[in-house]
Amino acid sequence: MAGEARAGDEFDVAVVGGGLVGIATAWGLSREGCRVVVLDEGDRAVRASRGNFALVWVQSKGLGLAPYAGWTIRSSNAWQGFSDLLKQETGLDVSFQRPGGFHLCLSEKELEARANVLKRLHAQPGIVDYKTEILTRDQVKVMLPDIGPEVVGGSFCELDGHVNSLRLFRTLHTALNARGVTYLPSHRVESITKEGGEFRLTTTQGEVRAAKVALAAGNANMRLAPMVGLDCPMKPERGQIVVTERLRPFLNHPVVTLRQTDEGTVMIGDSKEESVDPSGLTIGVSATEAERAVRQFPLLANVNVVRTWSAIRVMTRDGFPIYDESKTHPGAFTVCCHSGVTLAANHALTIAPMIARGALDAPLVAPFSARRFHVQAAG
Amino acid sequence: MFKRLAEKGPAIAITVDGRKVTARVGDTVAAALLAAGIDHCRTTPVTGAPRAPYCLMGVCFDCLVTVDGVGSRQGCLIPVREGMKVETQLGRREAGR
Amino acid sequence: MIAAADLASSYELVIIGGGPAGLAAAALAARAGVSTVLFDENPGVGGQIYRAITSTPVADRAVLGQDYWDGAALADEAKASGALIVNGATVWSLDRQRLVGVSVGGKARMIEADRVIIATGSQERPFPIPGWTLPGVMTAGAAQTALKAQGLVVDGRTVMAGSGPLLWLLAAQTLRAGGTIDAILDTTPRRNWLQAMFHLPDFALSPYFAKGLALLREVRAKVPVHRVDTMEAVGNDRVREVVFSGAGGTRRLPVDLLLLHQGVVPNVNLANAAGVAHVWNDRQLCFVPVLDADFGSSVPGIAVAGDGAGIAGGTAAAERGRIAAIAAVRALKPDAVVPDTQAIRQRLQREEMGRAFLDWLNRPADSFRMPEGDTIACRCEEVTAKQVRDTAKMGCEGPNQMKAFLRCGMGPCQGRLCGLTVTELIAAERKTSPDEVGYYRLRPPVKPITLAELASLPISEAERKAVER
Repeated sequence: MAGEARAGDEFDVAVVGGGLVGIATAWGLSREGCRVVVLDEGDRAVRASRGNFALVWVQSKGLGLAPYAGWTIRSSNAWQGFSDLLKQETGLDVSFQRPGGFHLCLSEKELEARANVLKRLHAQPGIVDYKTEILTRDQVKVMLPDIGPEVVGGSFCELDGHVNSLRLFRTLHTALNARGVTYLPSHRVESITKEGGEFRLTTTQGEVRAAKVALAAGNANMRLAPMVGLDCPMKPERGQIVVTERLRPFLNHPVVTLRQTDEGTVMIGDSKEESVDPSGLTIGVSATEAERAVRQFPLLANVNVVRTWSAIRVMTRDGFPIYDESKTHPGAFTVCCHSGVTLAANHALTIAPMIARGALDAPLVAPFSARRFHVQAAG
Repeated sequence: MFKRLAEKGPAIAITVDGRKVTARVGDTVAAALLAAGIDHCRTTPVTGAPRAPYCLMGVCFDCLVTVDGVGSRQGCLIPVREGMKVETQLGRREAGR
Repeated sequence: MIAAADLASSYELVIIGGGPAGLAAAALAARAGVSTVLFDENPGVGGQIYRAITSTPVADRAVLGQDYWDGAALADEAKASGALIVNGATVWSLDRQRLVGVSVGGKARMIEADRVIIATGSQERPFPIPGWTLPGVMTAGAAQTALKAQGLVVDGRTVMAGSGPLLWLLAAQTLRAGGTIDAILDTTPRRNWLQAMFHLPDFALSPYFAKGLALLREVRAKVPVHRVDTMEAVGNDRVREVVFSGAGGTRRLPVDLLLLHQGVVPNVNLANAAGVAHVWNDRQLCFVPVLDADFGSSVPGIAVAGDGAGIAGGTAAAERGRIAAIAAVRALKPDAVVPDTQAIRQRLQREEMGRAFLDWLNRPADSFRMPEGDTIACRCEEVTAKQVRDTAKMGCEGPNQMKAFLRCGMGPCQGRLCGLTVTELIAAERKTSPDEVGYYRLRPPVKPITLAELASLPISEAERKAVER
């Protein structure tokens, strides 16, 4: 329920962050019977959840940290059930589909590079076995009949899918609202202390107290984590997306850089810039994305672009998730990752129950502790 | 809904969904449709509701039509040309058109 | 016809919009020796007030009135000044570095400017009543455009509804052109007079006073006028009747054409996308850019002149354009001879004098700005007032989060027809001010361009590498 947190309100868990990671975790906590408060920023917050690409994506995941592949597949496999649960609760369909997805290549050089990445990824010791095929142009064309003449081939993974991420955002908020979870927008958390066995979170609009705290504030976790004895090194980057008007369905599979939403719009883009100014937008980057999109699917040439936007990606320093519990401040957790859509099912159905129980399950999430950064630093 | 003050200026022949319509020099596509008494020029991509030109000044995008095979053109900003083919746009636009 | 390829890669001054502000600014700057280009998306210059001033088929000068024909001098002056005037040119992007994205004839270009004057004027305020999306419901401004540009006059059963000077002007022009109007539904809340009265002395001295009275007399003599508190357009595939209620109870009138108008508001999209700071104006019930005395905005080198700077009418718009142009000339060519600003400011002041009265008198009722229930707030995405209100109740604090949740403002009009409604609905639900709620954060393209146009723009190596990795 939106509104005023009443003095003396006691919460089991305060979730810091009202983006997809925060609200998926909060929803999972609520299902476990926890009394949850979500602390969020306002309408103009830098908000990755409003700028993401909405893939539920498996291929390419795990190069450099093999367990990440298994963790991603776990979420991909849980996604249908997750979306069914949300639909039961809210009546809203987040349009999850897993038809398999493509990475398309516009030159032999790109295709060779792609094949090498996949070879290195799947050769890693301990990597879960899943199939990503390199397909020839002709093989791609069977499934994507509208590809342009410059497409030489690509990779395909049948575990890849997508979702309507803005509807997911709305659906989770709707579900939280129906569950009576307290949602406090414009409550930016300034400091967190632990006194007398409870956490006190000082916000721009007063103090909130809770027995546990889950940091799910994206890049802001870097600022918040040290307040509770945690570490969350981030390396935010800017991405830009181009979106078209609504079109009749023409694309049955998501491509990593181009997908058609259930509403008909086509989202294009996968840029990466070091700038962290969310208000800036580089036309030349949008132009490159548009140019590649037209080469991939020439029938899009005359389609109208109705929006472009840039958003700041939540990115940990090595790109992999960070899940941690504090040694010095028991009851404080970090839930932080880039892929808040793909991993939403895990956050709701796996991480949240762990936080509700008060301890992370080491066999599942130990590889994702931020301690890995210190080990590397020492080595 | 509208009539011409005077049938002045050279006539321009266009087609609307294949039907012949006489427009005048100085007409935009949207104005020509209104003068011809065409009731709606598109149906919405969301619910399929019929829409007709609303603002005639380029802000509302309700006069979107297919012009010479290209979809989602703002009818109120495009001057008519001899032989122009205007089509009602039904729901979502088709990619490639 | 000027093609995109004919444009230089940079101009000292880029003016966007060919209404009175843009035309006056272009004429002044070009005469002072500044390399000036004016982009206007319509087939001819004039903006809305002087729409089709160089081409109108309406020969009888009495129909549109002398105020309209005064615009011809502005157009002539601009044409003679040496400014490059490009019609059919849609500006879809402007950034803080004054890089202008423009499309002409389906070809896009990026143009650098030392100074920019945004003169994109105003648009009609959204009028979200039940049934306002039905064919046969149009804005009064649309009917006026059709009259000016194509000599089209209303035909069949016609009702005009709303408030504000333009509604009465259109009614008079329609009657002079031989059109008939079945009724005028006046939505001006009676209590507006209380606030407006304070400003009557100023208005009585302004040029609009006598003109306004004459218009009212001219129209009232021929058309029944009903004072209304509620209004609905009814029909299935098109509007069939208008249902309204006032002191005399509920009535229904069969209509072929319902023309709505409740004032005009600044067209903020381009300025907003360029990062120009805006503030809520409670008297005019809209966002206006924050500007200095020379109409310079919060973004260095970008000015906003004309009604885009806050509504003041066509004559004031031209004076504002001149003031903005003088500032640009002084910055670019300090030695150039420019007219005396003081005299212009005095004329502007005289024009703006009666504005407070008109604003307070014609301030639309809450119920016509903040609808309830299934009335559509966002025409493009067909989002209802109830959805917006319910989502605000859920804790959605602002229009950008609302956009993410409901897609309002995400359609092709990019919030032009729902932005103010959504902001005001959220403010009402949150019991706070529209200024606190804020507006959509807009991004280029502020007008649609094709993917191929976007793809054709210059790309640096770094920009390519940001995508091809």
